[in-house]
Amino acid sequence: MKRFKNIIEINLFKITGRLFWSPDKEKKSIIFIYLLFGIMLSSTSLTAKDVIVGKSGEVQSIQEAIRMAETGDRIFIPGGLYQERNIIIDKTVTIWGEDRPVIDGENQSSVFIIKANGVIIRGLVIKNAGVSYIEDNAGLLIEDARDCVIENNDFINNFFAIYLSKSSYCTISNNRIQGNATRESSSGNGIHLWYCKNITVEKNYISGHRDGIYFEFVQNGLIRDNQSEQNLRYGLHFMFSDSCKYTSNTFKKNGVGVAVMYTNRVEMTHNTFENNWGSASFGLLLKEIRDSLIRGNIFYKNSTALYSEASNRNRIEKNVFTQNGWALRLMANSMDNQIVHNIFEGNSFDVATNSRQNFNQFNENYWSNYQGYDLDGDGLGDVPYHPVKLFSFLVQKNPPGIVLLKSFFIQMLDMAENILPVITPETLVDKNPRMVRHYD
Amino acid sequence: MNTSAQIGKYEFFNIIRNRWIIFYTILLLIFTDLLFRFGGDNPKVFISLMNVVLILIPLLSIMFGIISFYNSREFIELLLAQPIDRKRLYLGIYAGIVIPLSLSFVIGVSIPFIIHADWNFDKFWSFLVLLITGICLTFIFVAISYLVAVKNEEKVKGFGIALLLWFFFTLIFDGILLLILFMLDEYPLEKFSIILTLFNPIDLARVLLLLRLDIAALMGYTGAVFHKFFGSFMGFTVSGSTLLLWISIPIFWGLKSFTQKDF
Repeated sequence: MKRFKNIIEINLFKITGRLFWSPDKEKKSIIFIYLLFGIMLSSTSLTAKDVIVGKSGEVQSIQEAIRMAETGDRIFIPGGLYQERNIIIDKTVTIWGEDRPVIDGENQSSVFIIKANGVIIRGLVIKNAGVSYIEDNAGLLIEDARDCVIENNDFINNFFAIYLSKSSYCTISNNRIQGNATRESSSGNGIHLWYCKNITVEKNYISGHRDGIYFEFVQNGLIRDNQSEQNLRYGLHFMFSDSCKYTSNTFKKNGVGVAVMYTNRVEMTHNTFENNWGSASFGLLLKEIRDSLIRGNIFYKNSTALYSEASNRNRIEKNVFTQNGWALRLMANSMDNQIVHNIFEGNSFDVATNSRQNFNQFNENYWSNYQGYDLDGDGLGDVPYHPVKLFSFLVQKNPPGIVLLKSFFIQMLDMAENILPVITPETLVDKNPRMVRHYD
Repeated sequence: MNTSAQIGKYEFFNIIRNRWIIFYTILLLIFTDLLFRFGGDNPKVFISLMNVVLILIPLLSIMFGIISFYNSREFIELLLAQPIDRKRLYLGIYAGIVIPLSLSFVIGVSIPFIIHADWNFDKFWSFLVLLITGICLTFIFVAISYLVAVKNEEKVKGFGIALLLWFFFTLIFDGILLLILFMLDEYPLEKFSIILTLFNPIDLARVLLLLRLDIAALMGYTGAVFHKFFGSFMGFTVSGSTLLLWISIPIFWGLKSFTQKDF
């Protein structure tokens, strides 16, 4: 108890301190006097108090604790199993789990529903939000709230794990989210955001859901240092989410990889896309993405590393494409993209396209399949590099042609086309291919 | 002892004594070993080995077959003067060459594989498919070469036709296949392309091997259709019996010509 008292004192100090430094000088003294009166009258009404949930204590359930608490209070949940669901948080409270208490929704409905601003949830294990085909049940549902902080929690076997709708300025960090999804139709997403603004999602681990992270109609989101793997469909899925940033995330072994659609001004930097391998898998799928930056990402062992459809004016630079099936598949409706300073090494096909025209710029990339020379020694090859092989072009035009993959005939054809290009797009060319792989 | 087996035995030891078969074994051995040494134990080695199986084996089998048939012509004529059944003679000399060729392929590929590879169940299956397709291709192309040799008295013409056939199966057929696919590209061709591959043993072998590899994922929807077909019992039966047909048709055709031939 002594520890809690200390915390109360610190909080009291914070509140009074904030009032002291209020910029409004005239009001300051009045507030201060009022504050002193208040403290004298009843110390509990102004300072935060702690409510402790305990099976043996007076507060039996979490819902009861929330009912008893007032704005600014803190609710402590000691370790143990709490079989509660639909816990509605309608006040600004901090919920703090000690020794990782388990809150079990028993596969029926949502577990927590947050409807107040400034709610902080820490250190809980939230389990078994029920699968529903009508409602979006979640381990933690945040509706119409702002300034919420969800951190250091475990989410196990929930339908949706964290679901934010119409919320803003929230932070979701350091959570471990583990689903048991087996079928797409009966599973939800790990972190699901709908109509949100200024949300930070960082350092979470998500696996076994339908989509790891799902964004729809989100603005100014920041997704950082997350790891999303082995989800049924997409590691990250976002649509209509302008001006978001995705940095240093890892997307691994997801069913279809990462799909981003219908969005302007996205920054995707320093992410890792790896082992998204399968006949319909992509590392990163772009559809109608405009004015965006894709920089410094690593694409490793994806069947298609980067697929771009109807995406314009993007800058794809300094990415590393290693051992993918197709490194880059640019559909003809993608225009004015700049593909510069990338590294392409050991891919089965470097670039594929379905048109003989090309409206994208390739410059100063490193291609491990390049066989030219550099006489003037400026580090750039003197012979332009045509990254589209005849076969990849043929297959793009006529998919069943892939039956001839690795056949001797195709190898001959590729060689002939390499020497004298007639069919592959002549303008899709890197005029200054780098001679050596660069590291930066 | 069966006459056929006796002739086969004679031919077998005759071939074994031949320097070329030893050269063939050593070539495969060195090649596979080098692949493992420089490529490490990864799928790329398997792809290169696949290329060897698909290009080298048909070529060498067809050449070996035709050379040995023309070389043992006097021997065959001598035996024909004896009271020996022509069928048995033909099958005997066929077995006598096809068995040592298959053996040297198996030895040449297996030894480096056993030494270098990290075995697991999946790899074992892939290796087995590689061996079986390699042996099948040997059987098929030796049978074809014998057919050509029986049909043509003239050595040069025989060689020419044999080479042309090899060329047809490795290159021209695929060109025609691609042409057909492009001519009919308004139709769904996935199943049709399965049927087309059955008409070329080399393509069939290639598809069977490709489906054992990670790289099969690149084949997209077509690959998925192939996987479904060749993964099923029906697909297994069809591809197996097609390979058997590819072996037996040239053998029996050659046999028929051989029994009717006027030496």
